[in-house]
Amino acid sequence: MLFGIEWDTSSEWAFAVSILPILLIGMWVTIQATVLGFFVAMVLGLILAVLKAAPLRIVSWPARALTEFIRDTPLLIQLFFLYYVLPEYGIILPAFLTGALALGVQYSAYTSEVYRAGLEAILSGQREAARALNLSSVRTFTHVILPQAIPRIIPALGNYLVSIMKDVPVLSVVTVLEMLNVAKIIGDRTFDYMVPLSMVGGLYLIMTLVASAGVRYLDVMLPKRGFPLR
Amino acid sequence: MSDPIIKFDKVVKRFGNFTVLNELDFEVGTGEKVTIIGPSGSGKSTVLRILMTLENINEGVVYVGGEPLWHERKNGALIPASEAHLRKMREQLGMVFQQFNLFPHMTVRRNLTEAPVRVLGLSKSEARNRADELLEMVGLTDQADKFPNQLSGGQQQRVGIARALAMRPKVMLFDEPTSALDPELVGEVLNVIRRLATEHDLTMLLVTHEMQFARQVSDRVCFFDKGRIVEQGVPDQLFTNPREERTREFLKAVLESEA
Repeated sequence: MLFGIEWDTSSEWAFAVSILPILLIGMWVTIQATVLGFFVAMVLGLILAVLKAAPLRIVSWPARALTEFIRDTPLLIQLFFLYYVLPEYGIILPAFLTGALALGVQYSAYTSEVYRAGLEAILSGQREAARALNLSSVRTFTHVILPQAIPRIIPALGNYLVSIMKDVPVLSVVTVLEMLNVAKIIGDRTFDYMVPLSMVGGLYLIMTLVASAGVRYLDVMLPKRGFPLR
Repeated sequence: MSDPIIKFDKVVKRFGNFTVLNELDFEVGTGEKVTIIGPSGSGKSTVLRILMTLENINEGVVYVGGEPLWHERKNGALIPASEAHLRKMREQLGMVFQQFNLFPHMTVRRNLTEAPVRVLGLSKSEARNRADELLEMVGLTDQADKFPNQLSGGQQQRVGIARALAMRPKVMLFDEPTSALDPELVGEVLNVIRRLATEHDLTMLLVTHEMQFARQVSDRVCFFDKGRIVEQGVPDQLFTNPREERTREFLKAVLESEA
């Protein structure tokens, strides 16, 4: 029994059907961790991208160094660090939040590069036109550069959404009850790993196929001229 | 010539080791229509880009309306201009780009109202009225709600002209406004510029390869080569009876390729 749901071991099929609701609860946790991690990666990545593009080296250099550090160390180390070291300094977060945060921080290093490339792809003529019209630099960024960069950025960000989803099982090592962890517990208790693990694989395939299709849809549907502003 | 609204005083501009402007002295009077011609790399576009504050200068002083553009006066000395000073100076200038540089994610009307609302502080309805007047002037009233990529190149450039005019500049800079256009679309853009030149007292500074057009609209034509003015004068004199050998060579080459 897990989450108050009994399993039926009378046959393989009956077992599979009975544990599906349990796995779906784990899948919901996986989806939540993915969405929260992705949100953190999007926001933190944009901040890092803007800092890295800053003309002052005292601002851009630490952002570059941080990005490089995050990207070149394993997710698991960062996760352990957040989970075991932060509490020593009085910062105690639930396992789920810690995990989602670690995913978000790890992927912000990648998304910051996506933003940078997207922002740099906007031709210098657009910046010059904005300057000739005396638009402020903030207005130029938010209303000239960003609306044109977003349609280029979103499909690339979407690919990282799928990657984050596939990294969520790492959170099982800090006791988050995401889908793989749930399947493992079922296996531990029933000595049948084959059925729950196969089902997790299948459910993952469905999730990533749906997410990838969504990304492709955005790629095609986002108008080439940018987010229209009337 | 009345008081110069634009004055270049021994201006030097370098890109790396290449000297684009070589101690350039150059003046444009208020209301004057001046065309700059010359071979590519002669620094003619750079003059406009310096005036629009898109390129800084290395030496010398540029004056717009008697005020230094790239410098500020402080205790009698000239120091490099702050962004606030550049913003204030930019109000006097408008620019039309070779590649139009319209904002592709904004409608034609929004292209014309964005800066007047955000920079000049016009109300939305004031800016809209101003935009619609200008669109009528350039003959694009029925295109106001379209996006730039739904227009032809000639129409886009006319929007570009209207967008610059919406800021009510004293000086209009045209940087090869027809060079990116198909030949059959050049005329409609030149007609708009011609009307501006004859019906308004705007100061206009044009860089163009359209010699016939330069001859019609300009009060004065300047021939640039190697970062300096080789020769300048009223169009009839410069085109029919140039004094300098270098001018003659250039005009001969250009007119032959046009024929």
